[in-house]
Amino acid sequence: MPIEPAAQLLPAVVDLPFREGYVSSIIYVSLYVSLAAVALSTAFSVPVAILLGLADFPGKQFVKSVINTGMGFPSVVVGLVVLFAVSNQGPLGSLELIFTKEAMIMSQFVLATPPITAISLAAIAGVDEPVRDAAHALGGTRFDVALVVLKEARYGIATAILAGFGRAISEVGSVLIVGGNITSASGISKTRTLTTAIQLEARQGQYETAMVLGAVLVTLVLTVNAVVVRFGDRGVKP
Amino acid sequence: MAIHRRKFITAVGAATIASTAGCAQLGNNSNSGEETAAVAGETLTLTTTTSTYDTGLLDAIHPDFEEMYGVSVDAVAQGTGAALESARNGDSDVVMVHARGLEDEFMRNGYGVNRRDLMFNDFVIVGPESDPAGIGGMGSATEALTAIAEAEATFVSRGDNSGTHTKELNLWEAAGTEPGGDWYQETGTGMGEALNVANQQGAYTLSDRGTFISQRSEIDLTILVQGPIEGGPEILSNPYGILAVNPGVHENANYDLAMAYIGWITSPGAQDAISNYEMNGEQLFFPEAVSEDPDFQQYVPEGWSSSSSDA
Repeated sequence: MPIEPAAQLLPAVVDLPFREGYVSSIIYVSLYVSLAAVALSTAFSVPVAILLGLADFPGKQFVKSVINTGMGFPSVVVGLVVLFAVSNQGPLGSLELIFTKEAMIMSQFVLATPPITAISLAAIAGVDEPVRDAAHALGGTRFDVALVVLKEARYGIATAILAGFGRAISEVGSVLIVGGNITSASGISKTRTLTTAIQLEARQGQYETAMVLGAVLVTLVLTVNAVVVRFGDRGVKP
Repeated sequence: MAIHRRKFITAVGAATIASTAGCAQLGNNSNSGEETAAVAGETLTLTTTTSTYDTGLLDAIHPDFEEMYGVSVDAVAQGTGAALESARNGDSDVVMVHARGLEDEFMRNGYGVNRRDLMFNDFVIVGPESDPAGIGGMGSATEALTAIAEAEATFVSRGDNSGTHTKELNLWEAAGTEPGGDWYQETGTGMGEALNVANQQGAYTLSDRGTFISQRSEIDLTILVQGPIEGGPEILSNPYGILAVNPGVHENANYDLAMAYIGWITSPGAQDAISNYEMNGEQLFFPEAVSEDPDFQQYVPEGWSSSSSDA
């Protein structure tokens, strides 16, 4: 039977059919694509969240509800839309982005932006009114107030970025469509991520290999989370 | 000569965070002549079916081509229908698939040029040892399918517009049976996955021999109806073709490199490499491009007839 008890899987780990550099290159591609997308999303989302959190304007609730809807947007649909955009026949076709990391970053950006914006916004909105008032009262400019709020909301924003990263790195549908799951013949990943590699192995019935890659993916996500939490803790201690 | 888009983008890309792949290509873009050096540093996008990729064949033979021309090959495994669709959109340069009817349609619509017969293997009908429909050893694929339909034994179909799925539909048609009902299940996935689904359910399925061999140790299914390689009916043969995307339709298609690839893969050396590729001690693909008795029909869509030249 293909699916054996987990205990029996462990000895099989020793002689998995990985070529040299294969696993490290798919880890690299996974991290590169996800981190680049999350960095771009953060650069876009946090200012938007500050703006939305500190300003009052008509239609604010509507904008918020659009962002919240975006959090649940199906990734394969994003993949399809990006595919149409970057395909040779699409509006961005002349850039020849199809089956590249850049196309994958585009789809991950679209996917990571709503959660980062929404959670950052919640964190910023959660900063107590007295804190803002105090900053104002001390003669702070709007920029100073924004800085104070940002400082107060930093854990929430870190959580937002982690949520965005989690969505990006664990996502499989859109990167498969726009990236093409490509490795070179020598087994070095070009657009293959951990998730699409797992999908490929499962498609071939290589469940043990898929499990190992899954373990690598989970470890990676845990590590990134731990690093961020640790980083955050250091800030809070006196 | 206008600036080649791909090279232009490479230059733009180098200036952005997005440029990790392209730096090495910058020095080499002044000449676009006919010699092979003109393709060095470029990337060929090959869309192909899952069977050539999942069996490991392409990974085994591509390093030779990449080294010879100083290029890289991006192989995207999509299934025949999707591979042709990507090519139709101009997103690939060369296509390797196994559904002659779809290839011919692609050619007739002007998207492909210079199709060559490449290699073949065959399909087999696999199922559980218990063989509830009693098809074991049948010499006819259509009779076997009819028996499965009459027994309403579970049959797993790829259902994904792949070459294998297309062959399966042709077989049902030849058997005069319209498959349907609870026993006929479409998975919409690759061959390996379909084999797993069939295995879990003790069901029948149509598989290419290569994928079945590569997965045999993981599953309990067995070959019940053989293809022509083991003396089975010719209707189960599985020929692969290779086509270049027509640069007249998609000017960005890397036609020079596509033709270099087609020339290489149909050469005696690469054809030998294909026949030497084995998995679990069995040959998976049989070369067909080099023959002392060439089949001229391979150069034109099947059934193509102009009233004047029918001989």
